[in-house]
Amino acid sequence: MSDTAHTTSRRVDFRGGGFAPKQRRGMGILVFVLLILFAEWGTRSGFITNLTLPRPSDVAMTFVELWQSGMLYKHLAPSLSRLAVGATLGALVGVGVGVMIGLFSYVRAGLVPLVAALFPIPKIALLPLFVIWFGIDEGSKYALIAFGTFTPTVVATYAAVDNVDRGLIRMGQSFGLSWWSIVRKIVLPGAMPGILSGLRISLAIAIILLVAAEMLGAEYGIGAYILEAGSLYDLERLFAGVVILSVLGVCVSAVIAAIETRVLRWRV
Amino acid sequence: MDLRLANVSHTYGETEVLRDINLDIPSGQIVCIVGPSGCGKSTLLRMLGGLEQPTSGEVLQLGTPLAGCLNPLTYVFQDFALLPWRSVRGNVALVLEDHGLDAAARARIIDDVLTRTKLTEFADALPKQLSGGMKQRVAIARALAVNPAVMLMDEPLSALDSQTRELLMDDLISLWTRQPFTAVYVTHNLAEAVRLGHKIVVLSRRPGQIREVVDLTTPLAERAYGDAALEAQQQHLWGLMREEAAAADAELIHV
Repeated sequence: MSDTAHTTSRRVDFRGGGFAPKQRRGMGILVFVLLILFAEWGTRSGFITNLTLPRPSDVAMTFVELWQSGMLYKHLAPSLSRLAVGATLGALVGVGVGVMIGLFSYVRAGLVPLVAALFPIPKIALLPLFVIWFGIDEGSKYALIAFGTFTPTVVATYAAVDNVDRGLIRMGQSFGLSWWSIVRKIVLPGAMPGILSGLRISLAIAIILLVAAEMLGAEYGIGAYILEAGSLYDLERLFAGVVILSVLGVCVSAVIAAIETRVLRWRV
Repeated sequence: MDLRLANVSHTYGETEVLRDINLDIPSGQIVCIVGPSGCGKSTLLRMLGGLEQPTSGEVLQLGTPLAGCLNPLTYVFQDFALLPWRSVRGNVALVLEDHGLDAAARARIIDDVLTRTKLTEFADALPKQLSGGMKQRVAIARALAVNPAVMLMDEPLSALDSQTRELLMDDLISLWTRQPFTAVYVTHNLAEAVRLGHKIVVLSRRPGQIREVVDLTTPLAERAYGDAALEAQQQHLWGLMREEAAAADAELIHV
């Protein structure tokens, strides 16, 4: 080995690349655009029949029609207000209960089994019950969305409170901070990353439940619009409705991302 | 204000951690506690500050802290324990907020301690932007802000590299020289102990007992890096600890 060591020289192969996610701008949009272009080309050329998939340009035309006739607003406004009221209610109560579970052993012992019992119930199955309790109109929809948002928020919040660095809490105690100061200045900000990532999931569930609630009894709303289109096999309108939901989901996710970058500036 | 440990013993379940510790911490001095790992020195420090209760014996405060002392027994932690969501200034402000001081008084104290620890220009930085040494200086500034009667320092330099450690030791010495404070300084690093300690308490391996108390009379300001007399002291301490450390290292851990 040492005899031939100097006779040939070769650069050492680099093998340390990959496995490190990097930010690639525009890729997400590119995938969307390619898929849509493919569908457009397929439906125009006859490769995909009109029964299988509506032509993207027709969906876009339907959307423009919907907008021009003012029906978009008529469907979107009640949906958005249901989502806002229900999700806010569920998230607020969920964060509150989650923090209480995180802080007090008695509350934890009492409520964790209850939350575990409520979590797997498909909330949509309870809609008839909510209709009886809260009335056939807005009340039952708010309750359904709030209830569906509540359980995942609780679980995410108390896990987040559990994960707050105990060393920081000991530090607060050793400096004689009051209990309330420790909760407000150490526990809550420390739990914020976990609470926000929990909200991403809860709000997606809220959108799903919004549509489900509207399908089961509403004159206006995205869910009602999709149900009507679906029962007429009007695929253009069905897809227009689905696109609205997707956009709604992307918007909610973007809002949370914006909150995260503002509130969690301190994160490494 | 002095502190006294009187006949302190402590057990965790079956394990005896500390046995019959008697020790006085006189004001104006830095008392270093050294010992092999697992000898209960951190437990001792937590008892001194009231974060843990001894199984038997008492921890006593002798006399009352001076006026203007907001938190008599104040810790400096090994892992800094800074709130990552607060700036340097905010981290210092945190410990002043519960004491009913007005905004001007708080700002005065914060400016003063940041000047003393040479952090003024970093006042608005977040902890993630600071090096380990800087973080520990923020923690020291925070401890100074409450004007403690006794500083309880739990291996404050152990998370830092050796060059930073030297720099921070110099900082601590100059802080003490300008305004003597009382401190209990737990460490496993003998070089730190002989640089900073007026009194060095050597603990035996578990159960921790006091093996020897060494008094160092050289003024802190005159102890330099690599001083021959300090080397000799360090050799002496290492002689005391060597077997204990070896035996502690060879023990099985029963958890």
